[in-house]
Amino acid sequence: MSAAAEDTVTEAPAVEAVPKRAMTLGTGTSLVILAALLVTPVFVKNFVVFQMTMVMIYGIAVLALNILTGGSGQFSLGQSAFYALGAYTSAVLMENFNVNYALTLPIAGLVSFGAGYLFGKPALRLSGIYLALATFALAVAMPQLLKLHFLEQWTGGVQGLTVMKPDAPFGLPIGQDKWLYYFTLVIALAIYIGSVNLLRSRSGRAFMSIRDNEIAASAMGVDVAQYKTLAFGVSAAITGIAGGLSAIVVAFVAPDSYTINLAIALFLGMVVGGVGWLPGSFVGAAFIIFVPNIAESISKGLSGAVFGVLLFLVIFLVPHGARQVAIVAQQMLGNLRKN
Amino acid sequence: MELFTNQVLAGIATGAIYACMALAVVMIYQAIDHLNFAQGEMAMFSTFISWQLMQWGVPYWWSFVLTLAISFAGGIIIERLLFKPLAKAPVLTNVAGFIALFAIVNSVAGLIWDFTIKQYPTPFGSAPFLGSQLISTHQAGMVGVTLLMLVGLYIFFQFTRIGLAMRAAAALPESARLVGVNTSWMIALGWGMASAIGAVAGILIAPVVFLEPNMMGGVLVYGFAAAVLGGLTSPLGAVVGGFLVGVFENLAGTYIPGVGNELKLPIALALIITVLVFKPAGLFGRAIVKRV
Repeated sequence: MSAAAEDTVTEAPAVEAVPKRAMTLGTGTSLVILAALLVTPVFVKNFVVFQMTMVMIYGIAVLALNILTGGSGQFSLGQSAFYALGAYTSAVLMENFNVNYALTLPIAGLVSFGAGYLFGKPALRLSGIYLALATFALAVAMPQLLKLHFLEQWTGGVQGLTVMKPDAPFGLPIGQDKWLYYFTLVIALAIYIGSVNLLRSRSGRAFMSIRDNEIAASAMGVDVAQYKTLAFGVSAAITGIAGGLSAIVVAFVAPDSYTINLAIALFLGMVVGGVGWLPGSFVGAAFIIFVPNIAESISKGLSGAVFGVLLFLVIFLVPHGARQVAIVAQQMLGNLRKN
Repeated sequence: MELFTNQVLAGIATGAIYACMALAVVMIYQAIDHLNFAQGEMAMFSTFISWQLMQWGVPYWWSFVLTLAISFAGGIIIERLLFKPLAKAPVLTNVAGFIALFAIVNSVAGLIWDFTIKQYPTPFGSAPFLGSQLISTHQAGMVGVTLLMLVGLYIFFQFTRIGLAMRAAAALPESARLVGVNTSWMIALGWGMASAIGAVAGILIAPVVFLEPNMMGGVLVYGFAAAVLGGLTSPLGAVVGGFLVGVFENLAGTYIPGVGNELKLPIALALIITVLVFKPAGLFGRAIVKRV
């Protein structure tokens, strides 16, 4: 192919800009949802409680990706790698070193932060599709790294590790599943509030300026390299905490739970929830947990196809995901009030 | 020394597959500036079609030709239906689209042909090649077909009107439109060709890895690695990259202790990242200069 001397690249921005105030929910709505989350476990079966816990855990992981993509405009198809790292950190600490399960989470976060920051360094020079490619390869390679022979005495190799499910502390009269639900809820809440504040802070504005126009951002004095790696690190840390939580709640880790499929699921969760809309992360998480089940009940064996078709429908009909639905609903409510 | 030659030759043979995959990846990248994450699955589906044709009694070479035609048409249909409307959408939406396609193709193949491993015939036989113990006739055939395809593509792009139009549409779409090239159809054509090239890769590798819906997972990652190494903008680079990656993979597996089979994918990862960091344009690609 002949080489053009200069390519004028007028790309569409990788991610469409999201106004900052549109990134969160109103106070009233938030409180109602929180109340509902607090009360529901009392009335439903343990299995449903477990599923809701998983929705929150995936929600945290999707949120982390949302900070990276919706916030700083970088891609990642490799979130499953950081999730796996967090899960394994928690599991290994609990099983081999008898660390209290709650204490393993900050460590999982720190380890993942380190890994994310280090991976973010070379990834700095990549953008858009190249970054998607590098992280894609990371996600594909991760299960093989976890199966390594010389790590087997800690990680259990292909077999994975079984973890003790913790009981409720202080002799509280609730079951393990319900206790873990509330435990996860508190952490999810803390991370959600922290993330909202992060995006509203100086750093958050720096992320968004990089997303919208890198050159303008650096002209305004934003240290682009620093903030890009930082976004990667923060995102990895939160994903790692989600992974650690999943190890505690599922009570089992194995290399093949963290394949590229998990990374794809998290990515889909973000697209479905609406890129850059933090509450949407949890809607997206619910989508990736419940929709495959529904798809399977429609047609066994075709679940992947149903999943893919639904995704195409989302892309074509509601490209902004749950955020768009929420905005439309809000406007309809507003119209009703006026009448 | 014999071990070394052996491994290099075996590497060249597997490299031929990566080269085909990389070629398909580069074709689409040229046309739309995106990496098709569903390329491997499309190739797998084509391979199943040819297998099915043979089950129905179609002779090997007829099924080969038919499969290429079907894949070509299929690629164009996918582009027209699903990806043309996304042409102006952000990168993120396109990546999501490729992933959705990946899920659909994989699951439909699993439903039609189920997940059991199937034998796939080779037209070249598996006797030693020219009396040599080092590579089999099938491996030699794979290398031959790949090189043949590269020469064919070169002739197509350099010496035909439509090849020239496709190059123009990829390099400077605006100007190409001004001189009367239908750039939209050139993109569709690129998809069709990529799909057909992928089908060749699938048909060639099926006798080696056996036929099943997940056969292309690892191959695609290596195809990406090869495409990146050779430069995403150069078909020749993709082929050279494919052979290099194949040889590198085999030598690393043999000589670096602890690598073996279990670290093959991490090697591809390391390779992709190293190339992207130190020479993002690859060996043969042209560097993209952005005007700001």
